[in-house]
Amino acid sequence: MSAIQTIPINWYLLLSVVLFTIGVLGVLFRRNAIIIFMSVELMLNAVNLLLVAFSSYLSDSKGQVFVFFIMAVAAAEVAVGLAILMSVYRNSKSTDINDLSRLKG
Amino acid sequence: MIKLIWLVPLLPLIGFLIIGLFGKKLSKSLVGIIGSGVVLGAFGVSLGIFLQLAEGAEQSTTIDLFNWISAGKLSIPFSFLVDPLSSLFLLIITGIGFLIHLYSTGYMHDDEGFSRFFAYLNLFIFFMLLLVLGSNYLIMFVGWEGVGLCSYLLIGFWFKNTAYNNAAKKAFIMNRIGDLGFLLGIVLIYVTFGSISYHDVFEQAKSLATGTPVLTAITLLLFVGAMGKSAQLPLYTWLPDAMAGPTPVSALIHAATMVTAGIYMIARSNILYTLSPDTMAVVAVIGVCTALFAATIGLAQNDIKKVLAYSTVSQLGYMFLALGVGAYTGAVFHVMTHAFFKALLFLGAGSVIHAMSGEQDIRKMGGLKKYIPITHFTFLIGTLAISGFPGFSGFFSKDEILAHAYEHNKVLWLVGVLTAGMTTFYMFRLYFLTFKNTFRGTHEQEHHLHESPKSMTIPLVVLAILSLVGGLVGIPEVLGGHHFLEEFLAPVFDDSHFRLVHHLSHETEYILMGVAISVMALAIYFAYKTYVTDKKLPAAEGDELQPVHKLVYRKYMIDELYEAVITKPLNFIGEGLHKVVDNQIVDGLVNSCGYVVNGVSGVIRKAQTGNIGFYVFVMVISIVLILFTQLF
Amino acid sequence: MITYLFYFLSFLAIMFALMVVLSKNPIHSVLYLVLTFFAIAGHYVLLNAQFLAAVHIIVYAGAIMVLFLFVIMLLNLNKETEPHKSIWLKASAAVASGLLLLVLVGSLRNAELITAANPYNPSIGLIENLGQTLFHEFLLPFEVASILLLGAMVGAVMLGKKNIK
Repeated sequence: MSAIQTIPINWYLLLSVVLFTIGVLGVLFRRNAIIIFMSVELMLNAVNLLLVAFSSYLSDSKGQVFVFFIMAVAAAEVAVGLAILMSVYRNSKSTDINDLSRLKG
Repeated sequence: MIKLIWLVPLLPLIGFLIIGLFGKKLSKSLVGIIGSGVVLGAFGVSLGIFLQLAEGAEQSTTIDLFNWISAGKLSIPFSFLVDPLSSLFLLIITGIGFLIHLYSTGYMHDDEGFSRFFAYLNLFIFFMLLLVLGSNYLIMFVGWEGVGLCSYLLIGFWFKNTAYNNAAKKAFIMNRIGDLGFLLGIVLIYVTFGSISYHDVFEQAKSLATGTPVLTAITLLLFVGAMGKSAQLPLYTWLPDAMAGPTPVSALIHAATMVTAGIYMIARSNILYTLSPDTMAVVAVIGVCTALFAATIGLAQNDIKKVLAYSTVSQLGYMFLALGVGAYTGAVFHVMTHAFFKALLFLGAGSVIHAMSGEQDIRKMGGLKKYIPITHFTFLIGTLAISGFPGFSGFFSKDEILAHAYEHNKVLWLVGVLTAGMTTFYMFRLYFLTFKNTFRGTHEQEHHLHESPKSMTIPLVVLAILSLVGGLVGIPEVLGGHHFLEEFLAPVFDDSHFRLVHHLSHETEYILMGVAISVMALAIYFAYKTYVTDKKLPAAEGDELQPVHKLVYRKYMIDELYEAVITKPLNFIGEGLHKVVDNQIVDGLVNSCGYVVNGVSGVIRKAQTGNIGFYVFVMVISIVLILFTQLF
Repeated sequence: MITYLFYFLSFLAIMFALMVVLSKNPIHSVLYLVLTFFAIAGHYVLLNAQFLAAVHIIVYAGAIMVLFLFVIMLLNLNKETEPHKSIWLKASAAVASGLLLLVLVGSLRNAELITAANPYNPSIGLIENLGQTLFHEFLLPFEVASILLLGAMVGAVMLGKKNIK
């Protein structure tokens, strides 16, 4: 017994669209770079959810393998991104992205 | 030996590369040895080839080196043509080239550009050899342009002097005009015959009728090239100015070799010219006019090198006269003897200038006979040779040209004889003013007077001997001689000669010789009377001159005429184009592009706030828009 | 039963996600995000992706979020230090994301469901199946991913060093 037989895939589509939009809202709404970062993670997870849903509905395990790769990329991204944030913070004592506007040429 | 022909141009090229690349690191003596040695090596090979041809080896050999240009139907191999004409020129170029290299080791010894000078000279020899060796017009053109380049570099050798640089530019630009004609001629040859190799072109030309218009066009265009390179009217003014270069350069390039390239080219294409009588007439008239014109200017010049320069122009005119009347052998003969005696005269002049510590004005010389005896003696031989004193080389070649001119047209002959008389007069004027009477320079100069070193006198002596005996290869039949040169060159000119053959009676020839000799004797007498007995001096700078004299002294104002007729209008047009078209229209367009971009970007730049939140906002809105347009 | 479970998990996921975005304290955001990930992991189990659910918990909740927490504490950001955006900016942010939601949902209306190429197989989410796919079809990307991780590691170390000379 699983969700596949009872729940139409449209529900999952809707769910992941909502999660994705919340991620976008977070990026637009907040100025703290770390929160923005987490919102990006949320968007990635929305996509992951969709990939898994389609993989199950179509009985094709490739979708889930892609989720692995996304996770690897996300891990790498977080490591580098947080390192960048650290060095930004070291220089400006803040993680407010508006402080970064002085990078403008 | 003929198989080794590739060595002949290669050796000077190697010399150029070694000296050009490492000249600064090598000692002067080593540079001199390399520079002269490679030319001597080339001379050795050339001599071998010449002897082989003289002994009756195959008369025309084409040696393919590699396939040079291959595009569509056009296929031009890089190949050399070895025949009597090219081998004779090889001998002249490498032989006199070697002597002048040797001379330069002495003459240029204290110059800081010593190695540069030898590099240029070797490069020049290389291009000159390419010019005469090529088996098609394109290789000749490469050599033609190459010698023009070297001429430019060597005229402007002392590049710190603006006047010298201007002389170099003048030579280069004047030559460009001629080169354009030459290039058009080559293109027309290719269009007409579908090939530019001598062999193919001449074979096909033989079947054309005499006076075919296209042949006239080709030969006229080629002659324009020859006019530029060989300093004929109206493109001759660069040659006197080219005397700005070091004297060995004047001797090698602007007297013995490069300026005879035009004669070589016409002699090489003799069949084409024989078949277009109209062009022949043009060549003869321009040649004789140049000869007379330059000779009259030579009468009034006071710079030792300028006199020789105008005499070179005049003698080149003589050679073209010979070509124009169909005396191809005579022209080549005169090229050879002229190379001997004019190189000798220039080198002698160089030796005089060397002795006078750089002074070139003959009004400040005089009485040099006892200070520099070897130079004096060899210079006298050169003067006698150019005057056509019986027995000297110039006598035989000039006589041959005049005889042919007489056959062709009496007026041409008359002007030729007149020119010969003037030549004799101004050469002896030069000789007397330089070597006879008493010294007119400063005491300091007199104190420094000395004979030149051995490296300079040896070439003088060798050239003097050649000027003396060089004519013996072409003693006319009428004097009981044997015209060796005519026989030797016969294979090259065969096709032309059977069309032009006619002979003067012996009596006429004797009379012609007699007239020439008496005119010469008269000219020597007048020169002697004016400058030795009466001790007259040319007017000093600033003196009021007779109108005619002044006109001649100012070289007929030709430079001023060109300045007024060509340079000024060109400058005017250029100025107009610069001020209106370039400054207003072109710059306006370009600048307005800049202004528009600047203005627009000034507005757009405001969007680049650097605020990441704003960027993300715009990105999301854009994504919405894109999805909206794509999905609905 | 399954349907209710789906509703419940979806409600949790959306609510926690909103809390991530809206809570003032970054620490709270991190904790809410962890809870969101748990809810998503529950969805994975519902979708027969049990192994992925486990990996998801381990990698996201266990590693990535701990890293976030670690950085926030290191930088001492647990106060509400963030200055407030103006109401207009917040409104425009809400409008923009609302529009995005509208467009995406609207696009779903016309979506057609494709039929599965393979018959229903509940075991594709198990380790055996995933391993087969990963190491047969995606061997090269898998190895390349390791280089990516190595590069990220080196980069993070370089950036993290205090004074790069």
